[in-house]
Amino acid sequence: MTVRAADVAAAVRAGTTTATELLEQHLATIAQREPEIHAFNLVMTDHAREAAAAVDAKVAAGIDPGPLAGVTVALKDNMCTRGVPTTCSSKILDGWKPPYDATIVTTLRDAGAVVIGKTNLDEFAMGSSTENSAFGPTRNPHDTSRVPGGSSGGSAASVAAGFAHLALGSDTGGSIRQPAALCGVVGVKPTYGYVSRYGLVAFASSLDQIGPFTNSVADAALLLDVIGGHDERDSTSIPQVHPSLTDAITQGVEGLRVGRITDLPEGADPDVQERLEAAFAALRDAGATIVDVQVPAFTFGLTAYYLIAPAEASSNLARYDGVRYGLRVEAADTNAMYGVTRAAGFGDEVKRRIMLGTYALSAGYYDAYYGKALKVRRLIHDDFERAYQHADVLLTPTSPTVAFPFGDKGDNPFAMYLCDTYTIPTNLAGHPGMSVPFGTGAHALPVGVQVLAGTLQEPVMFRVAAALERAMQ
Amino acid sequence: MPDHPAERITVADVAKVARLARLDLPDDELEHLAHQLAGMLEHFADVDALDLADVEPMTQPYPLVNVFRSDVVTPGVDRDEVMAAAPSSEGGRFRVPPIIGLEG
Amino acid sequence: MSAYDGLPGDWELVVGLEVHVELATATKLFSGSPNRFGDEPNTNIDPVTLGLPGALPVLNEHAVELAMRVGAALNCTIQGCTFHRKNYFYPDMPKAYQITQYDQPLNVDGYLDLPNGVRVGIERAHMEEDAGKSTHVGGSGGRVHGATSSLIDLNRAGVPLVEIVSRPDIRSADDARAYVSELRSILVAIGASDAKMEEGSMRVDANVSVHKPGTPFGTRCEIKNVNSVRSVGRAIEYEARRQIDLIESGDTVVQQTRHWDEGDGRTHTLRSKEDADDYRYFLEPDLVPLVPSPEWIRRVHDALPMLPAARRTRLAAATGQPAGSEAVTAVVERGQDEYVLAVAAAGGDVARALVHVKEAFAESPDVPASDLAALTLLETGGKLTATQAKAVLAELVANGGGDAAAIAAAKGFEAIDTGALEGFVDEAIAADPDAWAKFCAGDGKAMGALVGLVMKASRGKADGKLVTALLQQKRG
Ligand SMILES: [Mg+2]
Ligand SMILES: [Zn+2]
Repeated sequence: MTVRAADVAAAVRAGTTTATELLEQHLATIAQREPEIHAFNLVMTDHAREAAAAVDAKVAAGIDPGPLAGVTVALKDNMCTRGVPTTCSSKILDGWKPPYDATIVTTLRDAGAVVIGKTNLDEFAMGSSTENSAFGPTRNPHDTSRVPGGSSGGSAASVAAGFAHLALGSDTGGSIRQPAALCGVVGVKPTYGYVSRYGLVAFASSLDQIGPFTNSVADAALLLDVIGGHDERDSTSIPQVHPSLTDAITQGVEGLRVGRITDLPEGADPDVQERLEAAFAALRDAGATIVDVQVPAFTFGLTAYYLIAPAEASSNLARYDGVRYGLRVEAADTNAMYGVTRAAGFGDEVKRRIMLGTYALSAGYYDAYYGKALKVRRLIHDDFERAYQHADVLLTPTSPTVAFPFGDKGDNPFAMYLCDTYTIPTNLAGHPGMSVPFGTGAHALPVGVQVLAGTLQEPVMFRVAAALERAMQ
Repeated sequence: MPDHPAERITVADVAKVARLARLDLPDDELEHLAHQLAGMLEHFADVDALDLADVEPMTQPYPLVNVFRSDVVTPGVDRDEVMAAAPSSEGGRFRVPPIIGLEG
Repeated sequence: MSAYDGLPGDWELVVGLEVHVELATATKLFSGSPNRFGDEPNTNIDPVTLGLPGALPVLNEHAVELAMRVGAALNCTIQGCTFHRKNYFYPDMPKAYQITQYDQPLNVDGYLDLPNGVRVGIERAHMEEDAGKSTHVGGSGGRVHGATSSLIDLNRAGVPLVEIVSRPDIRSADDARAYVSELRSILVAIGASDAKMEEGSMRVDANVSVHKPGTPFGTRCEIKNVNSVRSVGRAIEYEARRQIDLIESGDTVVQQTRHWDEGDGRTHTLRSKEDADDYRYFLEPDLVPLVPSPEWIRRVHDALPMLPAARRTRLAAATGQPAGSEAVTAVVERGQDEYVLAVAAAGGDVARALVHVKEAFAESPDVPASDLAALTLLETGGKLTATQAKAVLAELVANGGGDAAAIAAAKGFEAIDTGALEGFVDEAIAADPDAWAKFCAGDGKAMGALVGLVMKASRGKADGKLVTALLQQKRG
């Protein structure tokens, strides 16, 4: 039986346990298993102890520390934390400590949460295995010879290994949902604009969203209830108050229409496919109706994504130029300094995507590549919208496979990109999606089922996720 | 312009892109990238089957317009803190090597 | 005379101007960092200005309002618009891209009428952010060439700009100068910018080409770094002659960006278009479209003050001076036309007021209109000579106003002026020819009689010494 974050916070608020006590338990678990897992780039022991003490002091003084009182949270290391190194698992940010906090960091602190550390990721969130980290890979807590998925592999592993109650990741093409599936935890990519991006180091600005990793659907609802909402520092943040997801999950799925995408791209392993069928069956048993829908452009997601995301990334990552912060490799003139600094500071996958994105935007190729990709993006969005006229949610595999061994994808970038076949179209559409653990597949490794919904349909998505979770208990 | 310049990506093209992106890469890496880029762009031929003539490009995942801030000064960051983190600085300014050859 | 009359042969000049103007906001275009000139380096910085990882832009509403005012004042269509990223590396551009407007700018298709009646088309007036400043050290004269390093100050980075792009409608260096002056007056009048070329809050780039009328436009060169209205004319003249010399000696003009050097009065190659810029423009994903409502656009139009051209016409009508006269132009450009009209409203003489304001109010002194009105009345009433009035005016300017009559009295100007005095003297001579004859013969008493007559006629206001001097002067 997993511990619920809401119960933890309730206990801390009631004074039956302390934030400090909970933190020390987590630090002990980290001390035990982190050398093997490498979920963190940095365990913020001192900062976390101060934060826990502050929560305890509030309780002692009769002040409510907030809905996440004493709950430990691990942050993907692409979220800015004032005075604490934020590396994006890249050498190019060597030594940089942000002079400001991301909006979600402030929000978490105000809710009484204790940020316990910064988690490992594929460099600048580019990857699906966390093998592309400049600081070495993270290992899957279920089998340390295998990857945790990525790019938010460290955050997924930290929750799976019990290093933190909750974690936050970022999802540009599946970077929360895929590692959540591979590590057997819940992972949510909210509607674009649901959570502030201010202070999230940009990969692809029109696709990036922050979201939770948790041990339960209820925890994910609670965390998203805390971090969701308008932020005036993010122009793309949706200016409205979101309905409580914690309330939503108390409702069942009776009468809901769950869509099966009949033209979904093939490629999921049989064990994964088997769990998806079991999920449909479970929802039918819970009172939902299964309907067939088509999303023809789904299959073009990967190609559109691998032009749009690198194009935006090539621009977003141009600021790492050795002038104001981070790494500089000296050279005779500024232009030469740029070239050698960036060549030394970025890893292979990041360079590959910067090159691809620069090419796609460059004179003469814009229309053939980037411009066309934006049109494909529209088709994908519109196809989803049509499907949501017939179904409240769609169900797909999250990942085509269970966690794979290190080095499995070799030097073939496209083989790695295929990991995100089922997650990418949602980012392009701007819609929410989440992965819910739904039993195990090959090698007794976790399998996740992906629940997709239309814009701001998080409540219905969470209801279905909760039903799946109940079916497994 | 051909619909798919992919098959025609030369090492010289890649070298030009590397210059634009300010990535100082050795020749063998440029060659390797030429192959990989061509390989990835080949996949883009998938979308040839689609009729995109009348499709509006999608540039915004959520439709918002007119998001403003008011013209009010907000706290900034401390110069000393910023300069302490800079690779090189002098008198409160960032120092860079001579600026030449920056055009194009 | 046009400085351009000297152009050899039947060459015609074709000029389009791109003017960058810093908007008079309190903060930057996309963050709450102060928009302030002259502060210590890198003190007006924040995560957005520094291009820190994770920082996001949010559009300054007042900057939009000011940019719309520019569009309205330049007779542009104000429209829904978007922001793009223009990608290029330069150390004073912290994100390595400039947020600017590309294919959908805020203001399009306007015009500006020059005082001489020439209409210059405005292609667009779009919003964008400014870059920081680089100082080159170790070389000679702060030049980029030969410098051992450069120092970067980002206080200016992110300051809101409007870039006003004219059509290539300008045909003389004089008109180019007039365009810049007129644009400057408009920008100041509408409160969009202080438009100080010397501080860089207004910067001019000139696209210059030459051709023979009836033939297509020639290849153009863009001239950067033109930092004063005077330089605009000089740079264009130099560049036109350079191009004509090239063509006439059988060479061709190469499309280039050139740099105006105020020191040697020449333009120099900055870069050629061969290594063409590839800015990889794409829509800025961190911002949303700007769609001013029709009500907002109407409000901006309604709130526009009277523009310099209309104000020149109004002042000309009030003063009887030509609208293109130096006095009318200068007074309107300084924004002192309302003041001159206030002097008239206070009962003063408006023509005299115009002259005084033009001559003595360059520093915009705080003289109440009623005080200046009183002074002009003393003048027209014959109580003060022009020279005396000038001295009183100087006092008014120095003291920020005062009672003109009292100042005149204190200066001894209350005595009637020499002209009137001479009249009284002549009258006295005519009234008592006997006394005059005696005075001419050397009778001192006779002089007393004549002075007495003058004093009586002037009701005691005449200066006795002056009267004596006049009488002696007339006696020869
Ligand atoms: Mg320009
Ligand atoms: Zn510009």
